[in-house]
Formats: sequence, structure tokens, C-alpha cells
Amino acid sequence: MRVQMMTSTREPTPAAGRPAVEIAHLRKTYGALVAADDISFSVAEGEIFGILGPNGAGKTTTVECAVGLRSPEAGTIRLMGLDPQADRDQVHEIVGVQLQASAFPAKLRVGEIIEEFRSFYRHPADVTNLVEALGLAEKRRDYYRSLSGGQRQRLSVALALIGDPKIAVLDEMTTGLDPQARRDAWMLIESIRGRGVTIVLVTHFMEEAERLCDRVALIDHGRLVALDTPAHLAARARGGKSVRFLPSAPFDDRLLAGLPEVTRVEHEGQHVVVTGTGELVTTVIITLHAAGVEARDVQLDASSLEDAFVRLTGTHPEGEQS
Amino acid sequence: MSLSMAARPMAPRAAFGQIVRNEARLAWRQPAGLIVGIGISVGLLVIFGEVSVFQQSSARLGGLSAFDVYIPILIAFAIAIIAFTYLPGPLVSYREQGILRRLSTTPVPASWVLAAQLVVQACLMLISVLVLLIVSIVFFGVNTPKSPGGLILAVVLSIAALFAIGLAIAAVARTPGAARGIMAAVLYPLLFFSGLYYPVQLLPGVLQDISHYTPLGAAVQAIQISMNVGFPPVTPLLVLVAYALVFGFVAKRFFRWE
Repeated sequence: MRVQMMTSTREPTPAAGRPAVEIAHLRKTYGALVAADDISFSVAEGEIFGILGPNGAGKTTTVECAVGLRSPEAGTIRLMGLDPQADRDQVHEIVGVQLQASAFPAKLRVGEIIEEFRSFYRHPADVTNLVEALGLAEKRRDYYRSLSGGQRQRLSVALALIGDPKIAVLDEMTTGLDPQARRDAWMLIESIRGRGVTIVLVTHFMEEAERLCDRVALIDHGRLVALDTPAHLAARARGGKSVRFLPSAPFDDRLLAGLPEVTRVEHEGQHVVVTGTGELVTTVIITLHAAGVEARDVQLDASSLEDAFVRLTGTHPEGEQS
Repeated sequence: MSLSMAARPMAPRAAFGQIVRNEARLAWRQPAGLIVGIGISVGLLVIFGEVSVFQQSSARLGGLSAFDVYIPILIAFAIAIIAFTYLPGPLVSYREQGILRRLSTTPVPASWVLAAQLVVQACLMLISVLVLLIVSIVFFGVNTPKSPGGLILAVVLSIAALFAIGLAIAAVARTPGAARGIMAAVLYPLLFFSGLYYPVQLLPGVLQDISHYTPLGAAVQAIQISMNVGFPPVTPLLVLVAYALVFGFVAKRFFRWE
């Protein structure tokens, strides 16, 4: 993917105090299938943490163990220091969950479903705000069965947030949403994080992970294959970034190849492509300028999270146009 | 998945009321249970009541009229039809749609939905029984029950036994279609032994004995005696208790939440 500039390179929020989510050596099998194999990671409070991976990689299993829907065979899980199996009462009070493919009775109205779920919690969120933020205000009198796929998805997200959770676990939150609704959902997630809620996001949309997540865990065949910021993962995918430009005059490749930041110099017609790390662009331009050569038509060729996904898992993220 | 049936103290009590309210709304908006449970049994009552031959007392029926014999059968029928056609359906589809799973991630145990279903449907059953009794007493001159206490006990135990059987079916059936299939296969033989198609009193002795140990046969026997004679004997009551316990255990043991 070719971009003008990588705008957001957020660093992970430093873990102040105990992490919101701690998973250590999680293992879960279904018969011969190892769905989760020695998975460990922790999520800082207030972080948006993405879980990425191909279909059947073990993302959902990991998340279902984390929220206490399944009990792990081995390993420990702590949510705000609580064990989802032993302390399930407290965990259910502070963790909001949006499950993949969950439906509600066809002939209940949206408002009735929301009221029912609200009554489950001792300190529920403000329903009016939530319904407004998710664009469901006009739908409160409608039957569940009359909702579109995107509206059902938004209701499901609303119900995950209705208990005013400290941790929200959202499994494929924006699947089935149109691009506009997806962007609205992203803004909602960012505003929820702004209130200090920790968010664990299972997704297969690379754009979503790049845009929203502080860090992502890439899971493949039940194993954690990478854990880093989206920007770092992307950079690692190609062993660096590259800069492409049109030189104003010919120059000796060794001028750039000798720089510590540069790993490779190639020619593409009249253009030169320099691959490397660190402050690559600045270094290349300054060095050329000192030699009396001007770099024109400069394009930074950054590898994307999708490149990292493809390289690390050997598969393409489904649902993405490449 | 490890879900406990035990009530968790964390969930607010008001939540149960909210669930019951929504389940009641669903029962009202999908009124199959109401129509089948109340409509058919009251309809049959009116038809039987209008047919004069049913009003004549018969020595073969122990001095009772066919109408007297049919009222307890219709009461048991109303309970059975709700327990069988209406109870397992929502539970199996809640499981299929992931609603029970979703609930088990909240402070409220998924078993509360099941309990709410029982509350709503027990209300439907009691309404049916009351309507049947009132219509037969007011419009068709049937005597008031000889033992109201016995009748209440017989009805409550019948509800418990049939709930247990309905829940056991919901526990083992994988899809709503399978639940309906098992239901029909179980319901029609039970209705035969209740005497709905042919008076039990006129069946051969062996079939009469079998009838008294089927849930509907025992229910009809206990209700009939409460209405016409007095407090029911212990055997039909114990048969109902046994069905409630055995199938209640099966339901609890095999109920799958996902």
C-alpha cells in the first residue's frame, strides 16, 4: 500500500499499575484441534487492543476464554485482577461483551431489549446517550426483526456497553456495517476509550486495526505470532520502509548505499527506490542535497499492517480488497 | 461451557421482573400458546356441552355424564398443550440464536430466562384452567369441585410434571424443529391415555392400568376425583410427583446452554 505519510503512529499507553487484561499461557483444545496454544499478552487500562488473525485462528476462542464463556485447559486469565471463572459475578459486572452472531427475539422492540439488559446491571450507563451515540434513537419502538444488519450490530454494541463496563470485548464489531456506519462505530470506540474504558477488539479489517488499535496481537493456528503497534508490525513486514524519488541528476548508488539507514538501492526506470530504516527520508534527501542532487516526486512507500498480516500468516485477510 | 444454575446474588432482583415482562410480551405477540391452550380446550368444552348426548349420565361412566368426564380431560389437555407446544420452542430457539450464551456474559444467569418462561406459561395454564372451570360451571351447570384444595393440588402437580417433561424435551432437542417432532410423538399417545379420544373407563383393563401411570392419565384421575368425589387418592398424586422429579432431573442434567 502506498501512502503519502503515515499519520498515526501511536505508542502503546504505558501500563500504569496493573493491566486491565492479563492472559498467560492460555491453552484450549477441541478434540484434536488446538484452538489456543500458549497465548500470552496483557492489555493496559485505557488501551484499544486488537486481536487479528485468519478465520479459525483462535481469536474468538481466546476472547471467549477471556470473558469466562469457556474455561481454559491451561494458563491464567485476569480481568482487572479477577478470574473470569472463579470471580464470574464481579467479572460480568465490569466486562461488556459483544458476541459474534448473537440475535434477539424477533418480536421484542429495541427499547424493550435495551431496558431488559439495563436492568441486569447495578450501575448501568446512560441509555439516552448510548442510544443516541449508536444512532438507535429513532429505532426504539421498532421490532428487532425489522432492523437491518447494521442496526442489529449497533444494538449489539449498545448492549455490550450498557453496563458501563471497565472492559469492552467486541468480536467483529463492524462486520456487516456500511463504510459510514463503520466510521461512526470507530468514533464511538474512541470516545468510549476517552472515558477510560479498555477495549479488546477482534477484527479482520486491517484498516480498522490500523486506525483504532494501540497495539495488535496477530494470532494464527492458535499461536500468537506477533504483538506490537500496527505501525511497528507494518514496518517489520518488509524489514523497513522505502522511499521512491526522481533524481535531478545521475549519482553514484554508493553515495546512499553506504548510509547506516539504507539497506538497498534499486532503480525503477528513471526513479530510484531506497529501502531502509529509521529517519530514511530525511537522511536520503540531505545526503543527495549535499552532493548537489535534488530528489523530486518523493513518495514514501510504507508497508501496511496488511503486508504484515500476509507475511506472518501466509493468508490474506478476508473481506479486504487488496 | 460451565454455567451454574445457582442464582447469583449480584444481579438486581428487578432484572427478573424485566425478563418476565418481555417474555410475557412475546407470549402476547406470538399468541400461538394462548390460542392453542385456551382456544382449543374452551372450544371443545362448548362443543361437548352443546351435544345433548354428552349431558346424559351413563352407568358405564360410573354415573357421570360424558361432559363431566371430559372437563378434567380438557383441563389436563390445556396444561399439556401449553407445556408441549409452547414451552420448549422459545428455549430451543434462544439457545440456537445465542441468546442464552449472550445472557451468560451478563450478571444475570441464563437460567433466569428459563424461570421467566415457566412463570409466564404457568400463568397461561392457570388462566386456561380457570376459564374452563368458570365456563363449565356458569354455562353448563357443572357442579363446583367437591374438593377445591385437592383440585388446586392436582393442577399444580400436573403443571409441574408436564413442565418437567417439556423442559427435558427442550434439553435434548437440538433444533426447534426437532423439539416440535419429539413433542408431537410424545403428546398424542399421552392424550390417548388421558381419555381425550375415548373414555378411559371404557378401555380394556390393561390399558386403564397403563393410563393411570401416564402423566396425563394420572392428572385426569386426580382432577376428576377432586371435582366429583373428594380429595384425590395418593397414587395419582405420587405418579405426578415422580414425573416432575425424574424429568426435572433429566432436564437439569442434559440442558445445554449453547
